[in-house]
Amino acid sequence: MHESTKRLSYPYIVWISIIIIIPMLLIFLYSLIDPSDGNPMAFRLTIDNYVKFFSPIYISTLARSLWIAVWSTLACLLLGYPLAWVIAQCHPKKQSSLLLLFIMPMWINMLLRTYAWISILGKNGILNNILEFFHLAPVDIMYTDFAIILGMVYNFLPFMVLPIHTAIAKVDKNLIDAARDLGANNRQVFSKVVFPLTLPGIITGVIMVFLPAVSTFVIPQLLGGGQFMMIGNLIEKQFLLTGNWYFGSALSMILMIFILLSIWLMKRFDSDGQAGGALPW
Amino acid sequence: MVNKWLSRCYLAIMFLFLYAPIAVLIVFSFNESKSSGKWTGFSLHWYEELLQDSQMQTALFYTIIVATLATAISTVVGTFTSIGIFKLTKKTKAFVLNVNYLPVISPDIVLAVALMMLFKTLKMKFGFTTMLLAHIMFCIPYVVLSVLPRLYAMNPNLAEAAMDLGATPMQAIRKVVIPEILPGIMAGALMAFTMSIDDFVISYFTAGNGVTNLSIEVYSMAKRGIRPTVNALATIMVSFILVSVLISNNLSIKKKREV
Repeated sequence: MHESTKRLSYPYIVWISIIIIIPMLLIFLYSLIDPSDGNPMAFRLTIDNYVKFFSPIYISTLARSLWIAVWSTLACLLLGYPLAWVIAQCHPKKQSSLLLLFIMPMWINMLLRTYAWISILGKNGILNNILEFFHLAPVDIMYTDFAIILGMVYNFLPFMVLPIHTAIAKVDKNLIDAARDLGANNRQVFSKVVFPLTLPGIITGVIMVFLPAVSTFVIPQLLGGGQFMMIGNLIEKQFLLTGNWYFGSALSMILMIFILLSIWLMKRFDSDGQAGGALPW
Repeated sequence: MVNKWLSRCYLAIMFLFLYAPIAVLIVFSFNESKSSGKWTGFSLHWYEELLQDSQMQTALFYTIIVATLATAISTVVGTFTSIGIFKLTKKTKAFVLNVNYLPVISPDIVLAVALMMLFKTLKMKFGFTTMLLAHIMFCIPYVVLSVLPRLYAMNPNLAEAAMDLGATPMQAIRKVVIPEILPGIMAGALMAFTMSIDDFVISYFTAGNGVTNLSIEVYSMAKRGIRPTVNALATIMVSFILVSVLISNNLSIKKKREV
């Protein structure tokens, strides 16, 4: 292609400068402005917004978000790996329809699907009606951590299964046979051959589940009843309820730092640098 | 044998888990009473109500129009941008690609508040335009990410050959490059449409008063108590998706046979 075709990207460079870079800089700037001034144009720089974060309530909110996100990611991995494995063992034709069946729910509005869980798990919900039918004691799952984690697993499981499935499908079957010929048992075949080869897929999956899980505010709002706040809810409240953009920006910066840090950490597990074709570093 | 039976069972349980909420939505769209936990009898009442629910229709209208426009614009812009990025110098390319990744890896909530601050700072009126701009912002990166690998996989001599034979650079792009990277463009467009139609957080922060989409409508309903009309709408959407998947599947099978 001609050198001059690079000009085709110039409009996009202008666009991303305005709509991605400037907003990110705005968050950074606001996080450093003293909220007491009221007038952002006559601002005074301060780190008070960050200092405010280091009080027990906010630290525990972040810890809680991380805790729930880690459990959700772990549950997705433990449920998703065998699932990806089972799908990968099917006939290729069947595999593509199974994967399609797997992706299809994602085309239906996420809030609607999450909301449907309320009618299943609620006090007079379907689950309790079924339990009652069998004369079993009703359960009260709604508005608990378990409900939030369930909602996350439900929404984010495909993000775990798809990359792992791709990784498993790429594993050379001859390697498994070779390991067996050399005397490895099932467990050894998995731990020494299959697992290391599918690690890049696992890492991509973990990142893709962990990122939305740690920052979502919809799922805890709907299934946790809003009483259990995660960091996403806290940020939302700063902007829409209390109107404290300065503290909200500081919280956003902290969340971004945590996310970049966790991506960087995950990438270190992946020595070959194969994971996440979707990730730049 | 036992293994096979076990894996079938596991597959069935996981699909039950994935489809249970959707089944609930469908079943209770035909329920007589307002309850979404107890079955009281069959009725098409909520479908009739949906026809008169102008609020829901407006929300659906905005959802579809924003998704369509955002997909169309970001597919065209994303494709030409990728062709341009391909030819940039190494440093500029790395910079553009890294900024391009930001919307992909940033949490929705951070993007949403960032855009809200931008639009407020620019003193823009919140509504359809701001929501559309926001959707284009997070859609283009997905198009670029699925088109670029195709460009790298393409034989670079093809475009050169076209120009040696007298094509202008624009003709070479239109007649040679674009057909060659078309699968990537389609995948990017599908991705953009999916992201746009399912978005809640960014729309919620950038739509302002008066303009809603389906997600915002469901979210505000969840606070005030849900109307079963939304179940009826979900059922229609599920049937629509099912039909289009079946049609596209049949088309691809036919294509394969012809080849």
